[in-house]
Amino acid sequence: MTPQRQGVAVRLEGLSRHYGAVRALDGLDLELAPGELVALLGPSGCGKTTALRLLAGLEDADAGRVVVDGRDLTDVPVSKRDMGMVFQAYSLFPHMTARQNVAFGLRLRGRSAAEQRSRAGEMLELVGLSSQADRYAHQMSGGQQQRVALARALAIEPQVLLLDEPLSALDAKVRVQLRDEIRRIQLDVGATTLLVTHDQEEALAVADRVGVMRSGRLEQIAAPSVIYTTPATAFVAEFVGLTNRLDGIAADGVAQVLRARIPLLPGSSTSGPVSVLVRPESVEVHTQRDGDAEVVATSFLGSLGRVRVRTADGALLLAQVPTGEAGVLQVGDRVTLALRPVPALAVGRD
Amino acid sequence: MPLTSRVRGGALLGVAPFLAFTTIFLAVPTLVVVVGAFVDSAGRPTLANVAGLRQGYILDALVSTLELSLGTAVVGAVIGAPLAYAVVTAAPEGMLRRSVSAVCGVLAQFGGVTLAFAFLATVGSQGFVTLYLSDHTGLTVPGDLLYGLRGLGLVYVYFQIPLMVIVFLPALDGVRVQWREATETLGGSTWQYWRHVAGPLLMPAFLGSTLLLFANAFAAYATAAALVSQGSPILPLVVRATFTSEVVLGQANLGKAIALTMVVVVAIVMTGYAWLQRRTSRWVG
Amino acid sequence: MAGLQRARVRRQATFRWVVVAVVGTFFALPLLGMLEFTTRAPGGGRTAAVWRTVADLSGLRTTYPELWAGLKASGALVVLTVLIMLVLLVPTMTWVRLRVPRLRRTIEFICLLPLTIPAIVLVVGLAPVYAWVTYLLGGSSAWLCFAYVVLVLPYCYRALDAGLSAIDVRTLAEAARSLGAGWGTVMVRVILPNVRTAVLSASFLAVALVLGEFTIASLLHRDNLQVGINQLGQRDAQVAVAVSFAALALAFVLLLVLSFAGHRRTRRPLATPLTEEPA
Repeated sequence: MTPQRQGVAVRLEGLSRHYGAVRALDGLDLELAPGELVALLGPSGCGKTTALRLLAGLEDADAGRVVVDGRDLTDVPVSKRDMGMVFQAYSLFPHMTARQNVAFGLRLRGRSAAEQRSRAGEMLELVGLSSQADRYAHQMSGGQQQRVALARALAIEPQVLLLDEPLSALDAKVRVQLRDEIRRIQLDVGATTLLVTHDQEEALAVADRVGVMRSGRLEQIAAPSVIYTTPATAFVAEFVGLTNRLDGIAADGVAQVLRARIPLLPGSSTSGPVSVLVRPESVEVHTQRDGDAEVVATSFLGSLGRVRVRTADGALLLAQVPTGEAGVLQVGDRVTLALRPVPALAVGRD
Repeated sequence: MPLTSRVRGGALLGVAPFLAFTTIFLAVPTLVVVVGAFVDSAGRPTLANVAGLRQGYILDALVSTLELSLGTAVVGAVIGAPLAYAVVTAAPEGMLRRSVSAVCGVLAQFGGVTLAFAFLATVGSQGFVTLYLSDHTGLTVPGDLLYGLRGLGLVYVYFQIPLMVIVFLPALDGVRVQWREATETLGGSTWQYWRHVAGPLLMPAFLGSTLLLFANAFAAYATAAALVSQGSPILPLVVRATFTSEVVLGQANLGKAIALTMVVVVAIVMTGYAWLQRRTSRWVG
Repeated sequence: MAGLQRARVRRQATFRWVVVAVVGTFFALPLLGMLEFTTRAPGGGRTAAVWRTVADLSGLRTTYPELWAGLKASGALVVLTVLIMLVLLVPTMTWVRLRVPRLRRTIEFICLLPLTIPAIVLVVGLAPVYAWVTYLLGGSSAWLCFAYVVLVLPYCYRALDAGLSAIDVRTLAEAARSLGAGWGTVMVRVILPNVRTAVLSASFLAVALVLGEFTIASLLHRDNLQVGINQLGQRDAQVAVAVSFAALALAFVLLLVLSFAGHRRTRRPLATPLTEEPA
């Protein structure tokens, strides 16, 4: 494989964009280090797609700048920005074969037929589709089409790779497989990459850093493990992973919840009645005949199990337990609950 | 009786009324024409009718009809396609698109007497454009414009353009924004997008639509009938003449041979259209 | 801010209005011509007399009997054609989808066949058939409805086919049958309500085609609106032009109404420019 140029730094400064009265993007600041893969994660309408389209140049910003490799690209048209983009679906040119699709960017650049052909071949090999080079989009599966789209985006040796929900139109199984492959290829070519997705698992699995967005702003941007273990806001805690809201009393950086003392994360409400956001894996369930809680549902998820429990004061709570324990617990069993002292976020009760 | 064949017989019964109706009012008339083209007035088989097609006035009419159809199809397509594109770039639920679609829907079916009147009132000898031009510019509209082939072409274009809009719109709707955006991110200009992506993608639909326009003009009768009362410059009017004249006994079946010729031409054109349509739907379906 | 995308939107808007204006002028001229012609006063100047005559329906009836006969015949033809078309097509097409799918291509072929048979050719073939129709049913213009059903077959088939393709006829029917519905109930209570829009648009198309038909009626010497207008044209050109203009305006309103009724249920086309964040 030919050596790829290393990625470049990308900076979005104070980007704003509104559609009528709707603020799609509200002063977004975001930096990507060379070769880094950043995932923008959030519910639909949070502005993540707008951010990506502004970076691509497919939409105009109302305010703010796009700087790539130290160069201000704000007023540079899409076709001169040199960014490879993979769309959600249906982006392959239907009248071209996979190879012609991949070679298209080079054709536009007036490269020789021989170069187009060899480069397209290389790219198709990279995405594992050498055998499908002469097929048309309608002869390929959705997953194969997205691989071709990725090869096409990479064929022009882009400064930046943009992935706009590239997996959301695919089946669950293909999605996981292709997700890992995209990460492998991205590391391989070293392109700075912005991935937009609403699938938290996808974001956590492949990104160097995950930016969680809400209403046109970044709530938090950090490494996946940090996002998960030390969410900055309740929105992040509840959007990423599963969370229980448990009532407690906070004082001195610690909350008293269900007879346990939970250390509080920075950004928490530090005094008075609070809701503490506790992950299911921090909840332990013990069978006990005179326990004050009751199992209301169990589900078996293969390597682990989940149990829904009703506490003495009537609150419902989700616990994650090892498979063995999940098998023993029955609906109606009396149990006691214990919380592991894992730091958690607390917010004022509403 | 085995159950399956009973069910199948019952199932076929469900389409019987439809088949009966189309047999009487579609198959029989078609056969009348097809068979009539190859028999004489006494019902004996003959090729005389087909041989009779070589007469000069029939061949002239055929050539004129082909020219008229081709000319108005090309003009209609070349003007109609940009109009359809203009409509597609407007908001899909907007008033512009709605009203242009509705107007085109009406005007594409607009033919015959009304259309003839409209053009007579415009560029006929007392038409307001004719009068305006002679009063203000000294230009004269030829008095017999609407009774010749050129005038007929002008009038036909009036329903060909709207028909183009109607048949070409779905193909334009099938062109996805992602293709343009992908082209742009790959470094392509607007010209390159049209040259390498949109153009080739839409070409089958464009050619197919042109063929449909051709068939439409070739088969059109009412407009010409309302305008041209003297002579039979185009095939449909030749068929009219053979149909209404009772002068020569053998004429009726010569008329059927001419009619059959028209069916053959239209069928060939429509086959080409269907083939191009299938191709289009695979790309921009 | 350069606003590159906004500049493109503006360019497209300019292109759009230039094209619509230029082509629109060509299309407006003959229509204006009709209006201008119908408001000419005998000694020069303008008058609304012609339009007053046209608006006075009872007067129209006695002064212009040929037009009145055509109107009556076309009214009957519209009703009969739409009824026969629906009764013939909807059950057949549904039935074929449910029970004999291998006949679908055949039915489609038959329905689209009239596209390759010019009306003038159909007249030639229909002449002997109508000799029998006259012998059996009489010579009323209303029996032209049979020929008109054939004429509208391709357009109505397409409209109905689109409607039936948009719903899963088989699953709907199976669901209804599993709940105990008979075939009649399936058809009337389940299928029909779901293809309402398609039935409506097929009917509108049939109405428009029947109101504009001239070839068959004139050559088989029957009455209809167009034949009436044509005859009238030789006697009182102004009234004839006014009536045909009114018919045209009516057709336009019908189609505009249809486009509103039809659009409510259709999907947004995928080529729509993204004006908001996609879901």
